[in-house]
Amino acid sequence: MRETLGDSSVTAAHAVAAGYFQSYSVVGLLALVGVLFVAVAFGAGRLLRPVVPTPEKLLTYECGVDPVGEGWAHTQVRYYVYAFLYVIFAVDSIFLFPWATVFAAPGYGATTLVEMFIFLGFLAVGLLYAYKKGVLSWT
Amino acid sequence: MNDVLDVALRLLVVFVVFLTFPLIVGQTEHKVMAHMQGRLGPMYAGGFHGWAQLIADGVKFAQKEDVVPAGADRRVFQLAPAVALLPYLLVLLAIPIGPGEGAVGQVLDAGVFFVLAVMGVGVLGSLMAGWASANKFSLLGGLRTAAQLLAYELPMLLAAASVAMAAGTVSLPGILHAFHWWWVPWQIVGALVFFVAGLAELQRPPFDMPVADSEIIFGAYTEYTGLRFALFLLAEYAGIVVLCGLTTVLFLGGWHGPWGADGLGWVWTLLKTAILAFLVIWLRVTYPRLREDQLQKLSWTLLVPLSLAQIALTGIVKVVIS
Repeated sequence: MRETLGDSSVTAAHAVAAGYFQSYSVVGLLALVGVLFVAVAFGAGRLLRPVVPTPEKLLTYECGVDPVGEGWAHTQVRYYVYAFLYVIFAVDSIFLFPWATVFAAPGYGATTLVEMFIFLGFLAVGLLYAYKKGVLSWT
Repeated sequence: MNDVLDVALRLLVVFVVFLTFPLIVGQTEHKVMAHMQGRLGPMYAGGFHGWAQLIADGVKFAQKEDVVPAGADRRVFQLAPAVALLPYLLVLLAIPIGPGEGAVGQVLDAGVFFVLAVMGVGVLGSLMAGWASANKFSLLGGLRTAAQLLAYELPMLLAAASVAMAAGTVSLPGILHAFHWWWVPWQIVGALVFFVAGLAELQRPPFDMPVADSEIIFGAYTEYTGLRFALFLLAEYAGIVVLCGLTTVLFLGGWHGPWGADGLGWVWTLLKTAILAFLVIWLRVTYPRLREDQLQKLSWTLLVPLSLAQIALTGIVKVVIS
C-alpha cells in the first residue's frame, strides 16, 4: 500500500516536471523564432540598404551642431535613492506572489490576514520614513 | 507529430499577432490623433484613407542607411533594438484570449510572474541603447528610462499581486476561470494603478519624459536610423498591445462578457483590448508631458500607497467571503 502510494506520487511528480518543462520549452522555441526574426530582418536590411559612411554621418548627433565634449554628460543623478527604495520594495513584493496563492486557503484565514497587515505596515512605514526624510521630492 | 504541428501552429499565430496587431494600433493612432486634432492624417498611401501608410513607412525604414556613430559601442548599439522588442513577443504567448486550451499560446503556471518578469527585460534595450550611443542626450534618456522603470515597476507588481490574491492563483487562465463580474469594482483601484504604471513603463505620453523631444532630442533612440529605429517603434506598439491585453485579462474579465462567454469569448477579449488601446491613444492626445520629478512623485506618493491599500482591501474581502 505504502509502496504504491509512493510510486503514484513519484509518477505525479514526474508528470508535473514534464508539464513544466514542456510549457517552458515552448517559450524557448518562441524566443528562438524571435531571434530568427531579428536575424532575418537585420540580414535583409544589410542587403537592401546603402552603405555610404562619411565622417560627418558618423559624428554624434547633437541637434545638428558639432558635438561638444564626449559622450559623457555632467549630470546629477538624483534618483539613486529611488533605486535603493525600489530594490528593497521589489524584493519584498516578490514574496507576495507565492503567498497570494495560499493565504485564503482553509486553515489560514485570519492569521495570514494579520500577517499581511504587518507586511503592509512595514512597507507603509518605510515609505513614510522616506517621505519624511524628503527623498521623495526634488529640491 | 500532432503535437509538433500543434506547437508550430500556436507559435505561428502568436508571431502573426505580434507582427500585425501593433501595426493596427499604429494605424489607428494615426487616424484617431488626426480626428482629435482636426486634421487629416495620412490619406494617400494605398488609396483608401492612407491604409498602407505603415507599409510605406516599413519600406522606407528598410532601405535607409544604418548609421552607427563612430564613438558608439558597436555590438551593444546594434543589439539593443532586439532586446527591447523580443520580450513583448514572449509575453504574447502567455495571454489567453478565450476559455480552453486552444485560445492561449501556452498555459504557464506562473503566468503573472512570468509576464511581469519578461516585460521588465524590455527596458534593458533602452538602457543598452542609451549607454552604447556615446551621446549625452541618449545617456540622459537611458537614465530617465531606468528611473521610470524603478518607479513604476513596483505599483505594477503590487496591483498584479492583488489580482493573484483574489483568484488564489498566478496562472492567467486560472485567474479568468475564477473571475466574477463584481471583481471589476473590487479591483478597480488596482486596475487604474496597473494601467497607469504600464503606460509609464512603455514611456507613452504623458509619461514620455525619457524621449522628450524638446529637451533631449529622442532620448536613448537619438542615434538610431532605419530598421533598428523601426524595431524600437514596433516595440512601443507591441508594448501597447501587451499592456492592454494584460489589463483586460487581469482586471476586466478577459473573455467574460454579458453573453456568449463560451463561443465568442475571444471577441470580448479583443474588444476590451481595443478599447484600452484607444484609451492609450486618447491619453496621448489629451495630456501634456509630466516633468521628471512629477513622474517620480506620482508613483511613490500616489500609486504605491494606492496599490498597498488595494492589497489590504483584497485581503480583507477575500478572507471574509471564504
